[in-house]
Amino acid sequence: MSAVLASERRKWRKPPFIRNPLARWGLIVFALAYLVLAIGSMEVNWQRVYEGLERGKQFILAFSHPDFTSRWSDISAGMIESVIMTITSTAAGIIISIPIGLGAARNIAPLPVYYLCRGIIAVSRALHEIIVAILLVAIFGFGPLAGFLTLSFATIGFLAKLLAEDIESTDRSQSEAVKATGASWLQWINYGIQPQVMPRLIGLSMYRLDINFRESAILGLVGAGGIGATLNTAFDRYEFDTAAAIIVIIIVVVMVLEYLSGMIRARLQ
Amino acid sequence: MAVSIKNKGQKVWQLRDRNSQILRWFFLFIAVSIIMYCWQKISSQTEWFFVWDAPRIAGDIGSRALPPRWSYIDQLWEPLWDTINIATLGTLLSLFFAVPIAFLAARNTTPHPIFCRWPALLIIVSSRSINSLIWALLLVAIIGPGIFAGTIAIALRSIGFCAKLLYEAIEEIDEKQVEAITATGASRWQVMAYAIVPQIMPSFAGITVFRWDINIRESTVLGLVGAGGIGLQMQSSLNVLAWPQVTLILLIVFIAVIISEMVSAKVRAAII
Repeated sequence: MSAVLASERRKWRKPPFIRNPLARWGLIVFALAYLVLAIGSMEVNWQRVYEGLERGKQFILAFSHPDFTSRWSDISAGMIESVIMTITSTAAGIIISIPIGLGAARNIAPLPVYYLCRGIIAVSRALHEIIVAILLVAIFGFGPLAGFLTLSFATIGFLAKLLAEDIESTDRSQSEAVKATGASWLQWINYGIQPQVMPRLIGLSMYRLDINFRESAILGLVGAGGIGATLNTAFDRYEFDTAAAIIVIIIVVVMVLEYLSGMIRARLQ
Repeated sequence: MAVSIKNKGQKVWQLRDRNSQILRWFFLFIAVSIIMYCWQKISSQTEWFFVWDAPRIAGDIGSRALPPRWSYIDQLWEPLWDTINIATLGTLLSLFFAVPIAFLAARNTTPHPIFCRWPALLIIVSSRSINSLIWALLLVAIIGPGIFAGTIAIALRSIGFCAKLLYEAIEEIDEKQVEAITATGASRWQVMAYAIVPQIMPSFAGITVFRWDINIRESTVLGLVGAGGIGLQMQSSLNVLAWPQVTLILLIVFIAVIISEMVSAKVRAAII
């Protein structure tokens, strides 16, 4: 009797996100300890930060009067180079990542090919674009070619991985039906697999176009062409109004690309 | 169904009829022309002599870069710790801003569909469009080089990413649960805490870990512009052409990224 009363008197509480209490408290203690250590090891020069606030204010104010005109020739040349690199590298990246994506799909590729393609994808994904760009600039020299190669390489890791995952989740019965008609390997891929993954492949390619443009804006920092070099110079000279103009252009282009890709994806699905 | 007729009067099945085929070839032609034009632009700015020479140079760098200078690893532990801190603290910091922005941007929770939603969307787009390296460049110019600038740069870039995915998750919640909680007479905040938050918690945790994984990769290069982390060591090694050290750094970056990706994949698999 008293046991029932006691249980009735107990108030309802929200169930915790992590059920196991040991894991929950262990995680909390670990997180706190880490935070203390991490923040402790961070040295902040508050004096310098405080001095910088004035410059930060100037930078934010620069957005109210971005200066497009005084360095327009540099900006437009850099922008065009960025766009060119984006288009070519996305195209090349798609063409290369289709065979690699096919090879990295477990349900159509033999095991050695699978491991090879997965290895290529892992390397491409692990190395940041800038690191690849540094190496390629060292090898191929300054200019947009290094940027083009970098972005193509980065596109492979992204597109091939997602394409392979999409191929792995395709409907088996469709591809088997095509195979049962006596189709060759190429016909099998073309009529059994390709129609199933095409909408997603186009969507992903548009998304990658968008990413490649954003990435192309930083490759100039290491001499691989694009708008980044101009932006870097503007920051170095504290020409915040020019920098603001470049950033505004980047944001507008990204917005337009995002809108376009959203429209195309909505039509496909 | 589209059928083409061969010269003997035989009918052959085709996927598309003639008009749509011509249209497709036309679009392909335009796309190829644009790409070729762009390629020509790149080609005209390239010193092809260097490119033909590239295999030799690559071999040369490769022979200098191997074997990695293992003893240099003693100087890398601290930058590596800094790199991980930049990524982790940056992700945490970004969440403080991303969560309220996501609630302002989601159609079903925003206080006002224009005055609150549009500014929130603008913040998301601006934060997403600017690469974290550019944020770092900017912050190094404003508040000086160091880990602090790197952390803020990572945070600024992550706000847009996390807020975008989170507000999409909020828009996809089950409205029935919200109605049920509202029907009990719950206040606005109680509805938030008991109807919305439990539904988005799994995607919130997933997004956080996913972004953390990306941030580890991004923070490895922030040092190149002076924002702390292992990139600083890479920059100084590159400046003196110490290729064996660069190889070691790349190797460590590679391992760190693979481990973080594995952790993130494990956590996400456990949550979903």
